[in-house]
Amino acid sequence: MSFPVALVLQYLLNALQLGSVYALIALGYSMVYGILTMINFAHGDIFMVGAYLAMWATLFLLGLPLNLPTIFIFLGSLLFTMTVTAVLGVSIERLAYRPLRQAPKVSAVITALGVGLFLENFTLATIGPEPRQVPAIFPVQQYSWGGVAFTNIQVLILVVSFILMVLLDTLVRRTLTGMAMRAISYNRVIVPLMGVSVDHIISLTFAIGSAIAGAGGLLYGLAYPVLDPYMGIRIGWWAFIAAVVGGIGNIRGAVLGGYVLGAVEIFTPVLLASSTYRDSVAFSMLLILLIFKPTGLLGRPTVEKV
Amino acid sequence: MKKSEEAAGRSFGGTWSFALGALALLGLAWLLPASGLMNLYLQQVLMYVGINIILTLSLNLVNGYMGEFSVGHAGFMAVGAYVAAVLTVAVFPRAWGPVLFPVALILGGLAAALAGLVVAFPSFRTRGDYLAIVTLAFNMIVKSILENINAVGGPRGYMGMAKLCNLAWVVFWVLATLLVLRNLIYSNLGRGIIAIREDELAANLVSVNTPRLKIYAFCLSAFFAGVAGGLYAHLLQFINPRSFSILKSTDMLVMVYLGGIGSLAGSILGASLYTILMELLRPLELWRWVVGPLLLVLLMIFRPTGIMGLKEARWLKPRDS
Repeated sequence: MSFPVALVLQYLLNALQLGSVYALIALGYSMVYGILTMINFAHGDIFMVGAYLAMWATLFLLGLPLNLPTIFIFLGSLLFTMTVTAVLGVSIERLAYRPLRQAPKVSAVITALGVGLFLENFTLATIGPEPRQVPAIFPVQQYSWGGVAFTNIQVLILVVSFILMVLLDTLVRRTLTGMAMRAISYNRVIVPLMGVSVDHIISLTFAIGSAIAGAGGLLYGLAYPVLDPYMGIRIGWWAFIAAVVGGIGNIRGAVLGGYVLGAVEIFTPVLLASSTYRDSVAFSMLLILLIFKPTGLLGRPTVEKV
Repeated sequence: MKKSEEAAGRSFGGTWSFALGALALLGLAWLLPASGLMNLYLQQVLMYVGINIILTLSLNLVNGYMGEFSVGHAGFMAVGAYVAAVLTVAVFPRAWGPVLFPVALILGGLAAALAGLVVAFPSFRTRGDYLAIVTLAFNMIVKSILENINAVGGPRGYMGMAKLCNLAWVVFWVLATLLVLRNLIYSNLGRGIIAIREDELAANLVSVNTPRLKIYAFCLSAFFAGVAGGLYAHLLQFINPRSFSILKSTDMLVMVYLGGIGSLAGSILGASLYTILMELLRPLELWRWVVGPLLLVLLMIFRPTGIMGLKEARWLKPRDS
């Protein structure tokens, strides 16, 4: 079977676009897991809330009689979405997860599932089940280059998510705060003795992870402009698989996993000529990977101490 | 010698009263609807309570007693529901339906138990969060496969089942599940399962065959989840892959942790309370799906061990422990 190169590139571009969104959400899963060894199952729903916030912010800014340049509208929505989702993430950690930090890990995971369901159903009850349309900030412009068609929105998604990923990677690897984060994930008992406020760093981790998921919500809304309260479930789970595939707890692994999952989603329908199998493919892949490489592609194997 | 004889002849607190109570319950479950003293709505709610008790008990074996973390039990339920439904609709002669219904349920349960192996094998190597992911993936795969099988309706769902499920059958299966799990948990096998929860490595060192016990526990748990699925299919008379999604699994988790892990009485209590509460909250419409998760979060923060908190009702414990 041979595909024309341009077509493969076209699919690859679509995979990169979707993968960027998965990667942005996967980062939040990975960061929280790295620092608390806890799966924050509510993370996909923070993404969903982010998408709704972005919709409102855009509607508000577009409705102002100021005729703002589109780039300001985009940046304003981005800033608003990221701020509010950061506050949401920190509040969830404060109210629901912090009281359970000494409890068995299962309690925290159940709580996270509960918080996720709460966010979904709260949105459903307040906003209603009908899908909402995100207004277009930018008029879509088609470009073509060597037979590959792409839009300005695709470019924007790739660029913005790349910038966010680089910023995050720099923060974690090059700054004192990042060093504190890595230290806490290495040993949470000793680090407070070094004068690091663990609570502070954990709050910061939730803020950053949630803000990035919020940004993912905005970008997703630009590309696939239909929102519903349960959208966070499927996308959240896919992003979660991405984090595990890359090696949960590993920032670069989450990005890699995001792109792998984006490719799985785009290429499965092409290769199997049916789109309904993509969930089976993604999850079977996850199972097989976990059997052979239980800590993911870039994860370090952990040694269980007796 | 004396000790082992005692152990062999160990009886449960009030085995006779358990048997009598069971018979009385079964009798009531058959008589009340038959005599028209119980209206259909109440019967329906009680059947849901019963099915949820079976599901909760089965999940408690894995999550509570073995200390693994399954978040995909709805997958087993789906296997049982679809197999039993296809059997009564397409395989068994229609006239024989009521007679062959238990056979369909058991075959559905066995199919689910077979599916349990899918989860049991990875559990030899992975634990905790990663096993949770495996069970989750299992749930998603089952749902996705069912959506792709056109013979059972694909995403549209499957119907045509006669209403074979009645209160007496539900009560019978609740009692059967309870009896099997109670006897298992206080047997040597059961102690091995609890040892896995406490410390898998140490259990291995005292020659507990952990892989074998994991297979037993997962398959038995899946079996009962499958039976519950079969009952559910013949109560609702319509099943659809979406009714066995991760949301259903979450419901089961809520019931297990509400009642308390590692307690059979807790599972009965948790399932009954949760089902009845959700029924009472029905006037709130959409908001009841907000209240449920909120309750779960509050419960985890203020009483993470659930209502029973690892305690067991006396009539479910052997007399000497």
